[in-house]
Amino acid sequence: MAKMHITTTINGEPTEFLCDPQQSMLDVLRDNLGLTGSKEGCGSGDCGACSITLDGRLVCACLMLAPEAEGKKIETVEGIAKGDQLHPLQKKFVEFAALQCGICTPGVLVAAKALLEKNNNPTETEVRFWLAGNLCRCTGYDKIIRAVMDVAADMRGAAR
Amino acid sequence: MNDVRYSAPNSLDEASKAMMAAGGAGRILAGGTDLLVQMRSGMQKPGVIVDIKKIDEMMSIQDLGGGSFRIGAAVSGALIGEHKALKKAWPGVVEAINLIGSKQIQGRASAGGNLCNASPAADSGPALVAAGAMLTIHGPNGRREIPVEKLHSGPGRTTLAPGEILVSFTLPARPKGSSDAYLRLIPRTEMDIAVVGVGVNLTISGGKCTAARVGLGAVAPTVLLVEDAGKALVGSSLDDAALEKAAAACRAACKPINDKRGTIEYRTKIAGVLLKRSAAIAIERAKGN
Ligand code: FES
Ligand code: FES
Repeated sequence: MAKMHITTTINGEPTEFLCDPQQSMLDVLRDNLGLTGSKEGCGSGDCGACSITLDGRLVCACLMLAPEAEGKKIETVEGIAKGDQLHPLQKKFVEFAALQCGICTPGVLVAAKALLEKNNNPTETEVRFWLAGNLCRCTGYDKIIRAVMDVAADMRGAAR
Repeated sequence: MNDVRYSAPNSLDEASKAMMAAGGAGRILAGGTDLLVQMRSGMQKPGVIVDIKKIDEMMSIQDLGGGSFRIGAAVSGALIGEHKALKKAWPGVVEAINLIGSKQIQGRASAGGNLCNASPAADSGPALVAAGAMLTIHGPNGRREIPVEKLHSGPGRTTLAPGEILVSFTLPARPKGSSDAYLRLIPRTEMDIAVVGVGVNLTISGGKCTAARVGLGAVAPTVLLVEDAGKALVGSSLDDAALEKAAAACRAACKPINDKRGTIEYRTKIAGVLLKRSAAIAIERAKGN
């Protein structure tokens, strides 16, 4: 089968890869590029464990074809920390114990970061709606919501 | 595994040609939120995937003035929801499209894809039927326009001919005192498939309803335009008697199935209830316009 040659940007790094035309972006991230932070929970757009941003827009990597990455900018969970410096969301998730098994956490972090970049003053309802596409079987969600609300409050405090 | 090809043409002519060349094996890719799931489950085995997101006309929203908008069929729900003027002019259409899936799904899923997937329960359907949206279709023999209610021929089936592509839908201009609303019933709080969906679009002038259209989803093989419900409202002061008459017309139009999400009796009853509730929202909104 003819492989396609794709040129894209992932977490700020110019990246090239070869893929099959019908391969999902999630498979390329995990299997071809070794970026295994994004998880496959369902492969059908239901769980959000594969959440990435595509040109700044939150999407499911399992529902995107890898060739669609051509010329685009992709951000994954691997791009959230700066070297050894955890992102405020990551720190707060540790502090609040907002994860247990952790399989949903990369997707939740990517989705929460996308929310806070749009709106640093969300209501609890807005946070719950925004993260409704990220399923978690462990935490019962409450600690996740508290952590995101608290980071938002910190961001507003720092901006003052 | 079959050999799939991916192409992302820059023009509708090229896209239409690629679909013709593929015979029955071509599939249009917009947001991919249905297509990729269907490919993974083996329901769809495309030979050629034609990604239409490089075609400007399919990716833009045009304000035509007077409340009329032309919306590219591949524009994502997220972009539609962020368009302030569109949301103000057509709140019912926008709320219906924004009900489709999570934020992640909204980031890619398009109203055109929702329509062409042709599920009778698709949320965009009743709202666009109520709105009186016109579809622009591009094919090997040029362009044609059809009312949105003529797109579906059955569950999962459309009236698009080989090589034809849904390009955009146009929402008409409306007089002052108009608005619309969409409500659906689902077993969960959010993110589920409609058991019944009702879209209402109406105009009020001097305390009387001067125009009304009602779209009904998930209660028949295709989304329905319930003309009798619209007629029951027009000329009335939108009093309880007129709303009950419109609700009865909705119940009469139902040809639902029994399934795990609702019985025939339940769906039929709910169609009337939702007609009244979404009309109430549309009336409130129209009064503010
Ligand atoms: S793996 Fe993509 S949404 Fe579950
Ligand atoms: S921490 Fe286990 S699924 Fe969320």
